[in-house]
Amino acid sequence: MALPIYASPLQRVWHYAFRIICGLIFFFLVFPIAVIIPLSFNSQDFFTFTPEMLALDPEGYSLKHYVDFFTNPDWQQAMWNSLSIAPMATLVSVSLGTLAAVGLSQSHVPFKRLIMAILISPMIVPLIISAAGMYFFFSRIGLQGTYWGVVLAHAILGIPFVIITVTATLVGFDNSLTRAAASMGAGPMRTFFKVQLPLILPGVISGALFAFITSFDEVVVVIFVGSAGQQTLPWQMFTGLREQISPTILAVATLMVGLSILLLATLEIMRRRNERLRGMSPV
Amino acid sequence: MTSQATDISSLDMRGGVPLKQSLARALRRQKIRALLLIAPLLVFIVIGFLMPIGSMLFRSVENSVVQDTLPRTVEAMQAWDEHSGELPPEEVYAALVADLQIADENRTALTVARRMNFEAAGYTTMVRRALRAIDDWDAAVDGPFREQMIDIHRGWGELETWVGLKTYSSTLTPGYYLSAVDYTMVSGSVEPLPDNRSIHVMLFWRTAWMSGLICFLALLLGYPVAFMLANVKERYANLLLILVLLPFWTSLLVRTSAWKVLLQDQGVINQLLVWVGLVADDNRLAMINNKFGVIIAMTHILLPFMILPLYSVMKTIPPTYVRAAKSLGANDWTAFWRVYFPQSVPGIGAGAILVFIMAVGYYITPELVGGPSGMFISNRIAHQWNVSGNWGLVGALGTILLVAVLVLYWVYDKVVGIDNVKLG
Repeated sequence: MALPIYASPLQRVWHYAFRIICGLIFFFLVFPIAVIIPLSFNSQDFFTFTPEMLALDPEGYSLKHYVDFFTNPDWQQAMWNSLSIAPMATLVSVSLGTLAAVGLSQSHVPFKRLIMAILISPMIVPLIISAAGMYFFFSRIGLQGTYWGVVLAHAILGIPFVIITVTATLVGFDNSLTRAAASMGAGPMRTFFKVQLPLILPGVISGALFAFITSFDEVVVVIFVGSAGQQTLPWQMFTGLREQISPTILAVATLMVGLSILLLATLEIMRRRNERLRGMSPV
Repeated sequence: MTSQATDISSLDMRGGVPLKQSLARALRRQKIRALLLIAPLLVFIVIGFLMPIGSMLFRSVENSVVQDTLPRTVEAMQAWDEHSGELPPEEVYAALVADLQIADENRTALTVARRMNFEAAGYTTMVRRALRAIDDWDAAVDGPFREQMIDIHRGWGELETWVGLKTYSSTLTPGYYLSAVDYTMVSGSVEPLPDNRSIHVMLFWRTAWMSGLICFLALLLGYPVAFMLANVKERYANLLLILVLLPFWTSLLVRTSAWKVLLQDQGVINQLLVWVGLVADDNRLAMINNKFGVIIAMTHILLPFMILPLYSVMKTIPPTYVRAAKSLGANDWTAFWRVYFPQSVPGIGAGAILVFIMAVGYYITPELVGGPSGMFISNRIAHQWNVSGNWGLVGALGTILLVAVLVLYWVYDKVVGIDNVKLG
C-alpha cells in the first residue's frame, strides 16, 4: 500500500482519499460501541451527553447506573441466570460437538455433506422459527420454562460454531500422530486425551467461546423456551429497551463490551498459539 | 501393473482371509467408528431441533380442530350443498347443538370458535352466545333448533357462517398458506383478502428488499476495508482486524441499544446536528422507529460478516498479478477492475449470501429500532404467536421464510461450501 515515489498527483490524492474512506468506515464500526461507554457514566438519567459531561466536569459523571445494576435484584437475578445457563450450554455443545467433529474429520464418512448440513442448520434457520419449534417440543416433554430446557436449546444453537472451529483445526491435524500413539500401545481414549485433544485445544477453546457468547447473547429462543425464572441478561435488556428504557442498560452494555474484549483477547492468544504449533509440527 | 493388482487381490492375510476382504472390513469398521462418534450429536440435533421444527411446520396444514370438536355437524354438512344458496337443513343445526353441548363439557368449544375467528370475525361471539343458551336444551324435545339458533345470534342464519365452517372442516387445509399470501377461502372460493388485512406479501417483499439493500451497503462499506486489510503490512492488518472483530464479538443487544441511543430524537447524532446548526432544534431528524434506523443499525451489525469472508479471499490474491497488469500498461483502474476484482468475486459471493441469509431472519433489531414501518416478517411471525396465537399461520409464514433461507443456504453451499465457512 506504500505510495511509490513516481506516483502522479491524482494517485496521491486517491491514496489519501482511500485511507480517509477506510478510516471513516472503521469509525462507523467502532463508534457506536465506543459511545455507550462514556454515556454509561452519566450522572443524569439521560441517553445523551449533558453539558456537564461535555465540559468534562466530574459532577456530570457518576457510577450510579453501575450501582443500580449491582443492587437491583432483577438485574442481579438476570446476571446469575445468564452465568448459570451459558457455561452449562457451552459444556454440552463442546463435548458433543468435539466428539462429532473428530468423527467427521475421519477419511471415510458416509453422507458427510448431509451430516454436516444438518449439524450446521441451527445457525442458518431463522431464530424465530427455531424458537417456535423448540417451544412446542419442549412443552410436550415438560422442559419448557425449565433451566435444562434453556440449556439444551442454547446448546443446540452453539453446536454449529463448535463444529466449524474444531473441524477447521482438525484439517491441519496429522493423523500419523494418533497412529504413532496407537502403535505404542495407547488405547483410543488415551490417544484422544493425551495426543489429539492437546493439539486441537485452540480450536476447541475458540469453539467454546463462540458457544458461550451465543448463549450469553441469545434472546429470542430464551423468551420462547424459558419462563420468568430463566430471565437472562439479554432478555432483561430486551424488555428494558422495548418498555421502560433505563440508563442502567448502558452500564450493562459497557460491562458486556468488556466481556467481549476479554473473549476477543483470549481468542487472539489461542490463534497465535495455534499458528506456533502448526509451524512446529511437520506437514 | 495388471499382474501386480491380481497378485495383491489374491494375497491372503493371517487366517486365510483374502486381503481385499480384510481391507473392506477395516474400512467398514472405520466408517462405523466415525458414525458412532457423530451419532450422539446427530441424534440430539435431529430430535431436539429438526423434528420440532418439522412438526411446527406441519401445523401450517393441520386443521383437525373443527372435525374433532364438531364431528356430527361436519358429517351432517356433507349432504348440504354450500353452493345452493340455502341455509343448511334442520339436521345440521341439531347436530351442531349436540356437538356444542359435548364440546362445552370438554371445554373445547372455544378452541374451535377461535380457530374460525382467524378466518372471519364473529364466530367467537356466536359460539359464546350459543353455549349460554343450549346448556339446558334437550335434543329430544326442544327441537327444531334452526329458528332458535338464529334467534340466539343472527350469524347462525347467515349463509357465510356455514360456508366458512364447511370449507374449514377438512383435517388438512391450504388455508393457512392462503392467509400467509393474503388470500382467504372463507366464502368457499379463493379470494384476495381486503386491503386492510393484506400485510404478509408486503412484509415478505419488504424483508427481501431491505435485506438486499443492507447486503449491498455492507458490500459497499466492507470491500474497501477488506481490501485495505489484505494489502497493508501484516502487523497493521492484525491491529485493524481487531476493529472489525470487536463489533463482531459484541453482543447484538449492545449494538442495537447503541444505535437506539445514537438515533433517538434526543440522541447523540441529533444533538450533534443541532449543535452544528444543520438541523433546527424543533425539527430533529426522525431516524428511529422507521426503515432508516433498521437499515443503518443492521448494516453496522452485519458488516463484519461481509468483511471477514472478503478478507479471507483477498488475502489469497497474489499481488504480482496486479503488478504484472500494470507493467503491461494497464492503469490503476483497469488493473483493479480487470485483474483484481474478478479474483475477489468468490469473497463477494460468500459475504453477500451470508449477510442476506442472516438479514432475512432478523428479529431483534427491527423489533427495537424498526417501529411499525420497519417491521420484518420475523416480527410478524412473533406477533401472530404472542398476540393472536394463530399457530397454523406461524407455521405457514415460517415455512415460506425457511424455504427461502434453505434455497440461499443451498446456493451458499454451491458457491462456498459449508465446510469452508470461516469464523473470526
